[in-house]
Amino acid sequence: MSIRTIVAIVFFSILAVFFVFTALMLSFGEPKKTEMDDYIIMHTQNETGTNSGVTTIVFDYRGFDTLGEATILFAAVSGVIMIFRRVKK
Amino acid sequence: MSEMSKIVRTLSNILFPFIMIFGLYVIAHGHLTPGGGFQGGAVAASGCILLLIAYGSTWASKKITDKHLTVFESIGALWFIAAAFLGLVMGGIFFLNSLVGTPVFGNIPPNGPAISDLNTGGVLPFMNFAVGLKVIAGLFAVVLVMAIASSVKEWKQ
Repeated sequence: MSIRTIVAIVFFSILAVFFVFTALMLSFGEPKKTEMDDYIIMHTQNETGTNSGVTTIVFDYRGFDTLGEATILFAAVSGVIMIFRRVKK
Repeated sequence: MSEMSKIVRTLSNILFPFIMIFGLYVIAHGHLTPGGGFQGGAVAASGCILLLIAYGSTWASKKITDKHLTVFESIGALWFIAAAFLGLVMGGIFFLNSLVGTPVFGNIPPNGPAISDLNTGGVLPFMNFAVGLKVIAGLFAVVLVMAIASSVKEWKQ
């Protein structure tokens, strides 16, 4: 067994221990801070008039984030069109 | 990229309207059901890409080029930012949903699980349409430009 294999085994076992302890520390299904969730669930229909809360968060409460996503899409399309453009001789 | 066989073309002719209608439905009902501008735009763009692949890029480049699609994408981006600035003008807050409560666009549904109308949500449907137009034009422009570039025969080295 070479030293490379031993180092790989030790590294991946330490990594696995970290992942297992991180997963055990989390409490699934019982979030500690629920103020923002409760506010959005209770006030979405009255404040914005929509029935889909996800769309409300994406476009209304976190509209700046969606503006950034649209900008990223615009930049990506601009880059692709710039790469594949016709070059006039 | 030349056109594919007659079977593929006929099947894509049949499937294209259904895909487009489903994509536009997801965009239009973005504030009522799961989905929205990004998802419905991706579905509708995949319908356009199906037609492009079935008929070939030489046929498609006669009908539409990336210059037209970049115009549509710019219109979508400007529309989205205009809907955001509408809140700044009407209420003083950027991205404020200022049309809620107005009689035409902002009907407020009853609280709880309820079936809602299309004319709810204030500016959210407009933002959904803007992002949908942007995603359709953007994704289709990317694939169209790549297809046209892959069909160039003469490579001047």
